[in-house]
Amino acid sequence: MEQLLGFAVPGVPYGCAYAVFAVGLVLTYQTTGVFNVGYGAQAYVSAFIFAWLVDDHAWPTWAAFVCAVVIVGPGLGLALDRFLFRRIPSSNTTAKIVTGLSLLVGIPALLPVVFGNQNLVGAPSIVFNPDTVYFHLGADVPVNGIYLSAVLLTVVMLVVLVLLLRTTRLGLEMRAAVESPRLLELEGVNARRVTATAWAVCGLMAGLAGVLLAPTEVTVQAQDYVTLMVAAIAAAAIAALRSMPVAAVVAVLIGVLSLTAQGYLPTSSFWYSAALPAFPFLVLVGALLFVPGLRHLDEATDPLSSVDPPPPPPVAGVRGREVDRLVRTVFFALLFAAVVSMLTWMPPTWETVLNQGMAYSVVFLSVTLLTGTAGQLSLAQATLAGIAAFTAGQLANHLGLDFLVGGAVGAVAASVVAGVLALASLRLRGLGLALMTLAAALLFDVAIFPAQAVSGGTGGITLEPRWLPLDLFAPNGHAYFLVVLLVLVLCAGGVALVQRGTVGRFLAAMRGSELGAAGIGVNLPWQRVLAFALSGALAGVGGALLAIQQTVIAPGEFNYQLSLAFVVIVVTTGVGTVEGAIQAGIGLVVVQQLMQYAPQRLQGLTFVLFALGALAYAAHPEGVVELEKRRWTERAERVLARRHRAPATPAVTGRP
Amino acid sequence: MTGDDRPILELDEVSAAYGPYRALFGVSFSVARGAVVALLGPNGAGKSTVARVASGLVPASSGSVRVDGRDVAGEPAWRIARFGLAHVPEGRGVFDSLSVEENLVLSFQRRGGRVQISASLEQAYERFPLLKERRQDRAGTLSGGQQRLLSLAKVLVAPPKVLVADELSLGLAPGVVDDVYAGLADVRREGTALVVVEQQVDRALALASSAVVLERGTVAYFGPPSGARAAVEEVVDRRARGRRQAASS
Repeated sequence: MEQLLGFAVPGVPYGCAYAVFAVGLVLTYQTTGVFNVGYGAQAYVSAFIFAWLVDDHAWPTWAAFVCAVVIVGPGLGLALDRFLFRRIPSSNTTAKIVTGLSLLVGIPALLPVVFGNQNLVGAPSIVFNPDTVYFHLGADVPVNGIYLSAVLLTVVMLVVLVLLLRTTRLGLEMRAAVESPRLLELEGVNARRVTATAWAVCGLMAGLAGVLLAPTEVTVQAQDYVTLMVAAIAAAAIAALRSMPVAAVVAVLIGVLSLTAQGYLPTSSFWYSAALPAFPFLVLVGALLFVPGLRHLDEATDPLSSVDPPPPPPVAGVRGREVDRLVRTVFFALLFAAVVSMLTWMPPTWETVLNQGMAYSVVFLSVTLLTGTAGQLSLAQATLAGIAAFTAGQLANHLGLDFLVGGAVGAVAASVVAGVLALASLRLRGLGLALMTLAAALLFDVAIFPAQAVSGGTGGITLEPRWLPLDLFAPNGHAYFLVVLLVLVLCAGGVALVQRGTVGRFLAAMRGSELGAAGIGVNLPWQRVLAFALSGALAGVGGALLAIQQTVIAPGEFNYQLSLAFVVIVVTTGVGTVEGAIQAGIGLVVVQQLMQYAPQRLQGLTFVLFALGALAYAAHPEGVVELEKRRWTERAERVLARRHRAPATPAVTGRP
Repeated sequence: MTGDDRPILELDEVSAAYGPYRALFGVSFSVARGAVVALLGPNGAGKSTVARVASGLVPASSGSVRVDGRDVAGEPAWRIARFGLAHVPEGRGVFDSLSVEENLVLSFQRRGGRVQISASLEQAYERFPLLKERRQDRAGTLSGGQQRLLSLAKVLVAPPKVLVADELSLGLAPGVVDDVYAGLADVRREGTALVVVEQQVDRALALASSAVVLERGTVAYFGPPSGARAAVEEVVDRRARGRRQAASS
């Protein structure tokens, strides 16, 4: 008993940290309708600014606290509402998740650029002194200020928020605004202001959590930060994103159980090294599979959504024949020029960069197919790429199999994993599916990829030249370029064909309306598994190509953050079309390479740029490239129309 | 209220559009205090859009909308609601995810403190005992007819100056439609002017003091209910002829 307490009690502050975030997630979902995966990033901002003020500017703690928590926290929440979430129609689950993701990807990268690197420090505990041992549980389990502060913070926050949400006028209006802001306006309530208030409250809570959690042992950084978010997401999921007390209790349990198990398990065992880190993810997967409430998320739709104007038609549909011919000619000319350049004058550095871009493009095509065509959001695409890369590496290592052949085998393996993932999550859609894939990605990150048998431990697998048939490493041999180009052309053509063919129509029908698609006889489960399997294969092929170029396949190479970045980048450029994926791939590496010439401090900006792009997604879900394409097409059509009308006059310049 | 002959709701040359798709072309009509106007016309004629423009859900692209003499074009919906115009939208007009009681409280709390809210609740439950039975249930679990009654209960307890009711009878069993129309008659007795958007012409005309017939976003008829029947038939006829011509050419 004494030993149990000794192991369990240190878990309490962790559990409380998870609880504060879990409650925050439920709060944001209940009051704004957004499952804000960026909530952790919001907390990070406040913690970061607090540290910056205290460390760099020697502000008194209370002043830094007021600035970071009372001003920056709600201010950030208001800004998120004003500039992002307000523009997203409440029915567009994908847009909401992607926007949250871009915050998660972008904000932590942006802060060091603006403020320089910081060591996070926390506010001194408000009531209790962290170092004082206040009393002992049992005979000799010390309870110090950290424990008491964590528990106090969690309980107070929970009580205040539950009261706010369930008993006040504002809480009722917030919940109503989530379902239908317009219906709420008809009651004479300014729904925008209610939603803005909700964001401000959530921002305040996030700031509070960020600053107050830092003094406990739980730092809001790197790996801890992931575990923190996943444990919080798992707890929120078990509470079906509905009940804050349930979320809090589950979160504390996760913390306590992890630490207790950590105490009892021998450090060398499999259970300690793999199962324990995976515990929160397993809880999340279990919740997604077995909590019935999660299947009905986002089902309360706005009855007045028909007030919004319908979306504009896609570009291809409105392009005239003449413009179409012009576009095609220019495209092939550019393609030819690009290939010739690569084979002749392109400097090796840039050839390498562009090759990498093409390999990324192949991975991004998997997003095009799955998210753009089938409308299924997956946050595990980098993981699938990694599965193929490691499979190919291990096959080459143990069986001496050619890496290209191994890559193909790996693609099949990735395809199977994706199919199994789809099968496991057949009953989930939208947010639930996104979380399921995220959990899978994290599971691979934490428990599977680091294993000796998979990646060869932390060093990863180093590719040896004898594994490759052609001299793919030779700097000017162009062999790698030709291989990647061939694969990209095949994959792009394949995806385009799938999109136009029967399968593509089925998938598009499923994206439009699952109910409608089922009504015309589309076998939804099968189509979904098919979409995932195809997409997994594409991601796998791309992953193997990337691995060839990187020459070392390290376990951290294909982590969940990369998956998030993938989705964010592709939706930025355009998720619906093959061109969108290729532009995303090339764009990513070109921007990254250009950043090499920028000052050291700005290095992190690459993802910020794409995150900013994804914020444009809120306003234009078709993607930046698609948007510009439509504008240019319309312009071209106008010019042509004018020329047809007045063939005798020379080209008209300027406006009438 | 008596002696004031300014119309309570007045639309003057109102046009409106959903993005690039135009729906109304210069619609004008007015509703006198305490009057009942039936808003009729075939599907797609713009009836719901008129209702939405009146309540501010869809902004008028030109023309003016006056509620109680005040020009409200460009005002947000919540402000128009505070001027005394209530709009029960087509289909579902209640919050699915809130309980029946929360739906009512949401509506009442704008007007008074706790005491007044509970008084209002009592009143609503007295008129519709069924709502009291199910007050803890989520409104989404109510049947279509019960949801309409819930919408009416809000309006009955705190009568607005004008109520725009969009297709209240849509998808309801005939008996339930009777209940809904009984509720509407009650609302009228409270002195509220009504704009009743309806597909069931006879039901609406029985209650109406005047009628508007819409045809493809324009007013085809505005006058006493007696002439509305013929106007509707004419519009429907014209449409059918247009279809036949389109099909034969």
